[in-house]
Amino acid sequence: MSTLGFVMLCHTALHRAAQVARHWAERDCPVVIHVDKSVGRERYDEFRKDLADLENVRFCKRHRCEWGTWSLVEASQTASEMILREFPGVRHVYLASGSCLPLRPVDDLRAYLSARPNTDFIESVTIRDVDWTVGGLNEERFQFRFPFSWKRNRHFFDRYVELQRKVGFRRRIPEGIVPHLGSQWWCLTRQTLSAILEDPRRRELERYFKLVWIPDESYYQTLARNYARNIESRSLTLSKFDFQGKPHVFYDDHLHLLRRSDCFIARKIWPKATRLYATFLSADHTGERMAEPAPGKIDRVFSKALERRTRGRSGLYMHSRFPNEGWENGRTAAPYSMFHGFNDLFDDFEGWLSRRLGTTVHGNLFAPQKARFAGGGDVYAGCLSADPKLRDYNPEAFLKNLIWNTRGERQVFMFGPQDTQQHGAFMANDANAQISVITGAWAVRLFSANRNFADIRAEAARLQRREAKFIETLRERGARADIRIWTLAEFIEDPMENLQGILDAMEGAPLQRLTEAPRMRDLRGFPQFLQSLKNQGMNPFVVGDFPQEGYGPPMQTGDGSRPYLVQ
Amino acid sequence: MKAARRYALRLERRKYLVRAWRKSRSLLPVADRTDAIRPKDILCFCTLRNERVRLKYFLSYYRDRGVSHFFFVDNDSDDGTREYLAQQPDCSVWTTDASYKRARFGMDWINRLLRLYGHGHWCLTVDPDEFLVYPFSDTRPIPALTDWLGASSIKSFGTMLLDMYPKGAITAQPYAEGQNPFEIACWFDSGNYTIERNWTYGNLWIQGGPRARAFFKDLPARAPALNKIPLVKWHRSYAYASSTHMLLPRGLNLVYDEWGGEKTSGVLLHAKFLDIFTEKAAEELERRQHYAASAEYRAYHDGLNENPDFWTRWSEKYINWRQLEILGLMSKGNWA
Repeated sequence: MSTLGFVMLCHTALHRAAQVARHWAERDCPVVIHVDKSVGRERYDEFRKDLADLENVRFCKRHRCEWGTWSLVEASQTASEMILREFPGVRHVYLASGSCLPLRPVDDLRAYLSARPNTDFIESVTIRDVDWTVGGLNEERFQFRFPFSWKRNRHFFDRYVELQRKVGFRRRIPEGIVPHLGSQWWCLTRQTLSAILEDPRRRELERYFKLVWIPDESYYQTLARNYARNIESRSLTLSKFDFQGKPHVFYDDHLHLLRRSDCFIARKIWPKATRLYATFLSADHTGERMAEPAPGKIDRVFSKALERRTRGRSGLYMHSRFPNEGWENGRTAAPYSMFHGFNDLFDDFEGWLSRRLGTTVHGNLFAPQKARFAGGGDVYAGCLSADPKLRDYNPEAFLKNLIWNTRGERQVFMFGPQDTQQHGAFMANDANAQISVITGAWAVRLFSANRNFADIRAEAARLQRREAKFIETLRERGARADIRIWTLAEFIEDPMENLQGILDAMEGAPLQRLTEAPRMRDLRGFPQFLQSLKNQGMNPFVVGDFPQEGYGPPMQTGDGSRPYLVQ
Repeated sequence: MKAARRYALRLERRKYLVRAWRKSRSLLPVADRTDAIRPKDILCFCTLRNERVRLKYFLSYYRDRGVSHFFFVDNDSDDGTREYLAQQPDCSVWTTDASYKRARFGMDWINRLLRLYGHGHWCLTVDPDEFLVYPFSDTRPIPALTDWLGASSIKSFGTMLLDMYPKGAITAQPYAEGQNPFEIACWFDSGNYTIERNWTYGNLWIQGGPRARAFFKDLPARAPALNKIPLVKWHRSYAYASSTHMLLPRGLNLVYDEWGGEKTSGVLLHAKFLDIFTEKAAEELERRQHYAASAEYRAYHDGLNENPDFWTRWSEKYINWRQLEILGLMSKGNWA
């Protein structure tokens, strides 16, 4: 005589439910099936006929079921009463749904339960300690009344909850009841289940639970605490919920994952997952070993999915992820560095930096002529075009794309006041940006340019204005980038120390001290140049207080090519 | 949104529906097999002209993925397209010689068919050179996706049109009927797209890719839109507003997450750039039936005459949907 019986609640995909019921019944497990009353007469009869040859399959009185309401508990009560009454040998009753699928042979489950004859497997946690539900209605589900259907009357449901919150309504919880919650799929012993169903206070308790929100997750879970001798607070049914509280569905491609989970029964299976049904219901499917269920792997898959849906991938902008400002979880995908003015002051700064860091270093990505990618190509990672019009159509997107396309490789690029400036504010607010600025460095380039002085003066005024605006952006409150700003005069007082500071702050940059200096441009005559600008009425204030007399660059030697050594 | 604005959009939607009815009077039924449609069937809607050589693969691709019935509007083909489709057991075909352009590039016709036959079904509206790729598309059919979307109370599924191209001149490898076009056009641009929000309709406006790179350098704003919402649980009150880029009511356009998360989304692989395209571009340029005075086709024509090669050393070779997911061109969202 069988010691394990199943109660099945079915409402859709009846042909699959029939397959599973047959599987259990043929393996000597009585099955009592509750079919939702909303299923039409014709389909119901067909379903019954389908299983008519099995004498240990029974159908109980039908209730009209609706998600989140008492009707589901009612259905399981009716079916449970029937199975306890008609199959006196049954020791454990397993509540399953029509979309459940056994993953291990019934004998495995039976042996597992026989070894634990007085254990009730029902997930049951107190609401005080664990937040069970997603977003609200945790304790309130026991304290408020829920007469309106969440599915059909969402508006009234929400308004009524609000109202109860506002007036501070609290229901009286019946004496001796400590509310517990848990998965609605349980496996209870005859003793516990019959105690719940034959409780002398059943009418009273029902009156209370009828107006609790989602009673099928709390009725048995709460009452089992009063009667069970030994509760294992977990469900034997593998059932995962997503962030909307909707069960995850298993498909054919989950076959290996399900196999390795060693769980007894899984829910919910997509009705057209032919391969899953064929594999797990086949007669020769045997369990490999007597293992404890280990849903950990599946948990990981689903928690990753949850993370994807709620937090997404930092720095990704695409057609199903376009965060509002402030909701990006990182404006760009990875840290990057921008050097403003450095290649005006130093010859071949990119080359030097690239050797130091051991990575590619771009030139001025936002140069007006074209994006100067490392290597000088017309396209770069992700087929990003160097074309200035395409880039300037949306410079922010250009930067976001570059950082996304080169994930895993730190991007370093040059910048200056002559470049496109639109993305300045975006960078200043990006915690991934490391921005190092030498203000007034553009004057060095103008100083060595072969141009008429009137032109130079006009250009200087233009660049200074642009630079001042950029600096203003960087100094704005709320700028989240790692920002360093020097005037030219400040910077050249101790260039090596300043460069070292920047590199030290770069994650993953080599740790040794700088030994080889970048070659600074020859600044002889530069103070006079600045003075001439001033004399023409253009004060290059961003350069800082540049020494007027006797200036000789401290690290500069006659030919300017000898490396500068630190100690 | 202001009530006045909402009302204006409502009127606009009504206008599309009336317009669809008016324009659909030019449709002549060629084969009507709509009796065979069952309640939960996935339906596919398509306007085309002279696409005979593409059809065999198109039909088999979507049949394999669980599309049950196809609706075609044939715009005056003369290459046997109509006759071929009329013989297919799961296709219903209409034909018209009216102006494609004046039917809002075929959308009026499709809106009408959607309203008449799409109500209550998941409807896929694609061109014959667009192939839907979605998460797990190698192991799960479209009904798995739509069942899941339905259970999640999601009514529309967003995609991006991903232009695929061959390596070398597009005329170099001829396309044979029935062949998987992505055996030839298997390369794509992975990360040069720009996105803006269209606040009126609530959709995203995506541009970029090889077409922008090769043909629209001087006028990036004119580059074709790549955002598409091809798969919708249709209701008779819905209407596509502009190609399948956006719909009304505007809630259907919200296929993206605004709070940092990723919604489940797919990609429409675009098999436009095959050898058959050059011919088509020349013809379409002559007919002037395409968007913005066929500017796109003019650009193609000019570009193609210079024997274009979209391929660069940074192009990605297509492998499968997982690759697209890793590259950030689509997302599993919370479908696992």
